[in-house]
Amino acid sequence: MPTLNINGQNHKLDVEPDTALLWALRDTLQLTGTKYGCGIAACGACTVLLNGAPTRSCVTPVSAAVGQRVTTIEGLPTAKTGNKAARAVQAAWEKLDVVQCGYCQSGQIMSAVALLTSNPKPTDADIDTAMAGNICRCATYHRIRAAIHDASRALA
Amino acid sequence: MSIDNANRREFFKVGAGLTLAFYLPPSLAASNLGKGAASLANTSTPPLPLSLNAFVRIGTDDRVTVIAKHLEMGQGTYTGLSTLVAEELDAAWSQIHVEAAPADAKRYNNLFFGPMQATGGSTSLANSFMQMRQAGATARAMLVSAAAQRWQVAPESITIRQGVVTHAASNRKARFGELVEAAAQLPVPQDVKLKAPKDFVYIGKHVARTDSKAKINGTAIYTQDIHLPGMLTAVVAHPPRFGAKVKSFDATRARSVKGVVDIVEIPTGVAVLGKDFWSAKKGRDALSVTWDETAAFRLSTAEITQQYKTLLDSPGATAKKVGAADTALMAAHTQLSADFSLPYLAHATMEPMNCAIRLDTEGCEVWNGEQAQTTDQLKIAAALGLKPEQVKINMLYAGGSFGRRSSTQSDYPLEAAQIAKAIFTAGKPALIKLVWTREDDMRAGSYRPQFMHRITAGLDAEGNLMAWKQRIVGQSILVGTALEGYVKDGIDMSSVEGAVNLPYATANLSVDLHSPKLGVPVLWWRSVGSTHSAFAIESFVDELAYAAKKDPIAFRRKLLTEHPRHLGVIDLAMRASGWDKPLAPGKFGEKRGRGFAVHESFNSFVANVAEVTVKPDGSFKVDRVVCAVDCGIAVNPDVVRAQMEGGIGFGLSAALHSEITLNEGRVEQSNFTDYPVLRINEMPDIEVHIVPSAEPPTGVGEPGTPVVAPAVANALFAATGERLRQLPFRLGAAKSA
Repeated sequence: MPTLNINGQNHKLDVEPDTALLWALRDTLQLTGTKYGCGIAACGACTVLLNGAPTRSCVTPVSAAVGQRVTTIEGLPTAKTGNKAARAVQAAWEKLDVVQCGYCQSGQIMSAVALLTSNPKPTDADIDTAMAGNICRCATYHRIRAAIHDASRALA
Repeated sequence: MSIDNANRREFFKVGAGLTLAFYLPPSLAASNLGKGAASLANTSTPPLPLSLNAFVRIGTDDRVTVIAKHLEMGQGTYTGLSTLVAEELDAAWSQIHVEAAPADAKRYNNLFFGPMQATGGSTSLANSFMQMRQAGATARAMLVSAAAQRWQVAPESITIRQGVVTHAASNRKARFGELVEAAAQLPVPQDVKLKAPKDFVYIGKHVARTDSKAKINGTAIYTQDIHLPGMLTAVVAHPPRFGAKVKSFDATRARSVKGVVDIVEIPTGVAVLGKDFWSAKKGRDALSVTWDETAAFRLSTAEITQQYKTLLDSPGATAKKVGAADTALMAAHTQLSADFSLPYLAHATMEPMNCAIRLDTEGCEVWNGEQAQTTDQLKIAAALGLKPEQVKINMLYAGGSFGRRSSTQSDYPLEAAQIAKAIFTAGKPALIKLVWTREDDMRAGSYRPQFMHRITAGLDAEGNLMAWKQRIVGQSILVGTALEGYVKDGIDMSSVEGAVNLPYATANLSVDLHSPKLGVPVLWWRSVGSTHSAFAIESFVDELAYAAKKDPIAFRRKLLTEHPRHLGVIDLAMRASGWDKPLAPGKFGEKRGRGFAVHESFNSFVANVAEVTVKPDGSFKVDRVVCAVDCGIAVNPDVVRAQMEGGIGFGLSAALHSEITLNEGRVEQSNFTDYPVLRINEMPDIEVHIVPSAEPPTGVGEPGTPVVAPAVANALFAATGERLRQLPFRLGAAKSA
């Protein structure tokens, strides 16, 4: 039974080691903020942080996450890395009413937090590079870009 | 508290419909409306929030709960409906909470659709505008009466602001929660006065979305997130071609997969039930199914396209005939003709289709991003041998829909019901969640139909439009469904909208339609007929303008003198985009162009100016889109802007990338790798400008989508001289072909 450190807590999971981290989070731990969108790392809805790095949990076997810090959208407020960026990102997202259907937004926020943690002053090109893996079918991209800049200003 | 429930029942007229408004304790309002309400007369449970009518409940804690009859699928409806209630109730925005209405077509029907509860056609705010304001105003009047009685003052001397009820002369104040029990004892007023627009404090102003917080911190619950004790996840093996069926299957290997609990055959395939998604999916992968493909659809896209092209050469059913287009064309100074081609499209919502259901001896309960309660209730009830009212539906947030969840066939809810039925019939507890993978979702059909248009038009020497002849070929969305009765004389209006109401002045207009029957399931897709008609019409009008050597906007304006709202958005977009100034040049070797399009859909008017840059290698970027919209009163201007931004992005996905193709009946796409959609690096700068209006509100969910493709096509023509008449765009294809 693999043991995972998720949002600062150790969890012994009754799943096969090849189970995708996404489904261990969602179905075993009921951490449903992380979403299923494509299953092949093509849409970013399942993005979590692995030791602070944005990672597609739908193609990450549980076995590969053993010994690493897993942070999900639920764990952002208490995360060791990036919680300052997380507060700024979530505040900006709310201020600009970025969301529409909202299904992709956990993944968008995780990617944005990772970006601003490593690069507090991203250019538009930096944002494109960091966020192009996250699809939003409601096309809230315009506001995502604005919110990342807004969060960046708040962090300055 | 003693309540004679029967006497509390009151009817009041609201707008176009009749709404039952009655006192109902919340425990019932939240569960099973009406059933057993009378037994509450003797309950002593204090203090209950009170339903002042079918749409508003106020708690003794001041919480105002707005009961939303429409699905929140991203379009901001929960916020819009709440704005209307808060406005007339004079509540503070922080008091407002939203709850999904149960399935009940008598009380929660879409007033534009008759006795049917559904969200669609960009009607949510338009059909609710008076109804929800009435609901808020009625609740307000009851609170005022309660305060007047308590304070022994005239109701007219009482004011409410931001949730505080005040009698200024005696300096007395009360919160809603203090008055609500007394208010609920009062008769429901029949004729409440609504505010004059000059007194609006929320309508037309900015309020925060009601769903932002939960969608930002991961707590918003979608169907995918429903977990109930004992619930199994179902993953279904579907046939590889439309119309095929299960012949036989071998489940030996699948049953040995750890976590697989059950395997059942259903009409649409073989369902594997697991303790979680991972095991169910693994089980399905291990399943061996032989398909009976005798009735399967086997055509390829090239063959369908050839059929369509053949049909373009022969007259179809008459959709519109004014004057004599053929005669006028022969006399025209200039005659132009062009064909336009658009592929099948998947909705590809971020949340693939899914549906949870519980079936027991009492009935069934459904959890779904529910867009069509009445249709789904009827279909599920029929499949399960229940009465429609035995199908309880919980409407959850939908991770996008764009029309997909309003299936005329109830395809995926019905599949969930069939799985539950198979298990229940075998005597096992039936509590399951059907989950479609992305691949299942993309290959399940319900596509925007493939369409072709041929437009022929004639101009006189001054550029007046002498005749317009348009032939349309595409599968009907309504034929073969319960809505087929709306097809009159061979015309499915959803195939010809945009064309039969062509706004450009001409004495000779002819529109005809072929609706080939093909075995590919089709459905409405954000802005429906306008998704293809606007592309064909607005591209072609641009061609006419160039043929007449006129500015594309000036050319349109001259033909739209009878259409002031078209002119309104045209002029606003023109001004805001700086159309009268030359476009800034690109870098060395780059070509830049600017294009225009305008279109009315769902009674809203949208104009786009698109600016593009074409690089020396032929690749291009849409740099900027200036959008003007007239949707009547903009209840929530920021939501209107968001819907225009999103609609443009959605339209750009189709313009730049997306198409579903078939190879001998098999869908060739499966996921976002082979069905690419717009990503952030391709999103243009978008500016949205709203035409000030006192007209009743019209929709914004769909009208932003159809205008951008022709605007971009026209911009690419301006930049390169190449006309792109096929979606998705392939710049340079004409030259290389």
